Amino acid sequence: MSAAIVTLAAEALTLQLGTARVLDGVSAGFLPGEVTAICGPNGAGKSSLLACLAALHAPTQGRVTLDGAALSALPAQARARAIGYLPQAPEVAWSISVETLAGLGRLPWRTGAVEDAAAVAAALAALDLGGFARRSVATLSGGERARALLARVLAGRPRWILADEPLAALDLAHQLALLGQLRVQALGGTGVVLVLHDLALAMNHAARVVVLDAGRIVADGPPEVALSESVIARVWGVTARWLGEPGARALSAGGGIDR
Amino acid sequence: MTRPTLLLILALVITVPLSLLAGRVWIDPFHPAIPNATAILMQLRLPRAVLALVVGAGLGASGAAMQGYLRNPLADPGLFGIAPGAALGAVLSLYFGYAAQGFLLPAFALVGAGSAMALLALIAGRDAGVALFTLAGMMLASLAGALTSLAISLSPNPFALSEIVTWLMGALTDRGWHEVAIAAPLTAAGIALLWTARRGLDALTLGEAAARSLGIEPARLQWLMVAGVGLCVGAGVAVAGIIGFVGLIVPHLVRGLTDGRPSTLLVPSALAGALLLLVADVVCRLLPMATELRLGIALSLVGAPFFLALLLRMRKGLA
Repeated sequence: MSAAIVTLAAEALTLQLGTARVLDGVSAGFLPGEVTAICGPNGAGKSSLLACLAALHAPTQGRVTLDGAALSALPAQARARAIGYLPQAPEVAWSISVETLAGLGRLPWRTGAVEDAAAVAAALAALDLGGFARRSVATLSGGERARALLARVLAGRPRWILADEPLAALDLAHQLALLGQLRVQALGGTGVVLVLHDLALAMNHAARVVVLDAGRIVADGPPEVALSESVIARVWGVTARWLGEPGARALSAGGGIDR
Repeated sequence: MTRPTLLLILALVITVPLSLLAGRVWIDPFHPAIPNATAILMQLRLPRAVLALVVGAGLGASGAAMQGYLRNPLADPGLFGIAPGAALGAVLSLYFGYAAQGFLLPAFALVGAGSAMALLALIAGRDAGVALFTLAGMMLASLAGALTSLAISLSPNPFALSEIVTWLMGALTDRGWHEVAIAAPLTAAGIALLWTARRGLDALTLGEAAARSLGIEPARLQWLMVAGVGLCVGAGVAVAGIIGFVGLIVPHLVRGLTDGRPSTLLVPSALAGALLLLVADVVCRLLPMATELRLGIALSLVGAPFFLALLLRMRKGLA
């Protein structure tokens, strides 16, 4: 990993919310063209780290940089064009069509009706939603809805996609399909950072895994290293064994251990 | 221009001239037999119709903006406490007997609306989320309501009392160009501010976090909402008293004609609000009653059942 191509980076982030120190000196650089998974037990600070990377939280100390410059100094529109953020359990307030939903991703751009429409059509096509353009989001199934919400992010053509548990509430087939689509985006040069709960999916599909525990980074590297059995025992307090071949690993969890 | 906008403009083009002919005295456009038909038209009905359009447009646009801002179809422009603030100002002017001076009542109402807006603005932009901000608005509303009740209960004489109670019901009776000159520019400015907030409201469809990630600055949006809704509602209350339900109903009437985004709802809601208030005012004028039915009462009579039907339909949609 050469420092020169790291374009989105957390530098010694500390986030204090009330009396809770949610993040404590977190430093991590992210690479374009790579899928990075942020893993950790509940309350480890995963979502907070992602929100800091998206400039939704202002860190108490430290900073987030984009292309070497402080993200907080960037105009909101420039930031919104560079970084697409998909919140945990995203909501859609009104009964709007899939096409209109994806069009909301063009809000930071508004470069012209033709270009906006082309970007929306491309995003829908990339996620195989062409036939759903006029359907109301409220009538979609969970898997279709997750794709439509991702289409909103893709329509903005961001250089970075930050998604907070995008696979929650999806069945296995839809999880794999959505991950596949995110990997396609990464192959195109987009940096993808995901908060993932499912360690097996992170192991098999992320190029890199950052493990957080109690607001600190405890492991950072290729999944085989960052999610080793000893890390899982230490962080999650679970005795577990990886089975199968690289790329098709399955986690066999034995049970909780006293820490 | 979108199709619902065109349809509503067409409806207004037909309704406005017709509304001018209707009243206690009907005017036949082809045989104006009544001696002072011109005076009735130009000094009574035209300003009244224009005022109905202005107040209705302001209420409709603020209702659409409020529902978009709160992501709630049950939101109403009164929630910010600006209308009760304006009403309190007006009631104080009646309480002190200043209202005989034609311009003082609207002036007091505008000061009341402005004070409510200033208090909200103090809260706005302080990193208060939408929910906290709205709760602050509701507290303001109930405080202004309590002070209004206090003024009523302490009113110095029965005349002031009856004036206050009648005024609170809201009406366009006997309004003239004077009131138009007050309300029209303020409402126009308010609608223009809400129009600049439209992209922020669209982004809020996805929730606060996603809206911010799309480059929306919540503090700026809060300012635009306070100023835009405040100008529309404050101006409306200053010239017509409290007219409820328009801001709540109108966005629902036109939402089905739009693509659902708050931005596409703003202009049709303003037009539909104008149309609704104009028609309601004509109906009030025509009903064969000893005194004219107050516009505010009429709209609440129609609005409350509509609201109930809406709730029932939403419950069915959820089930």
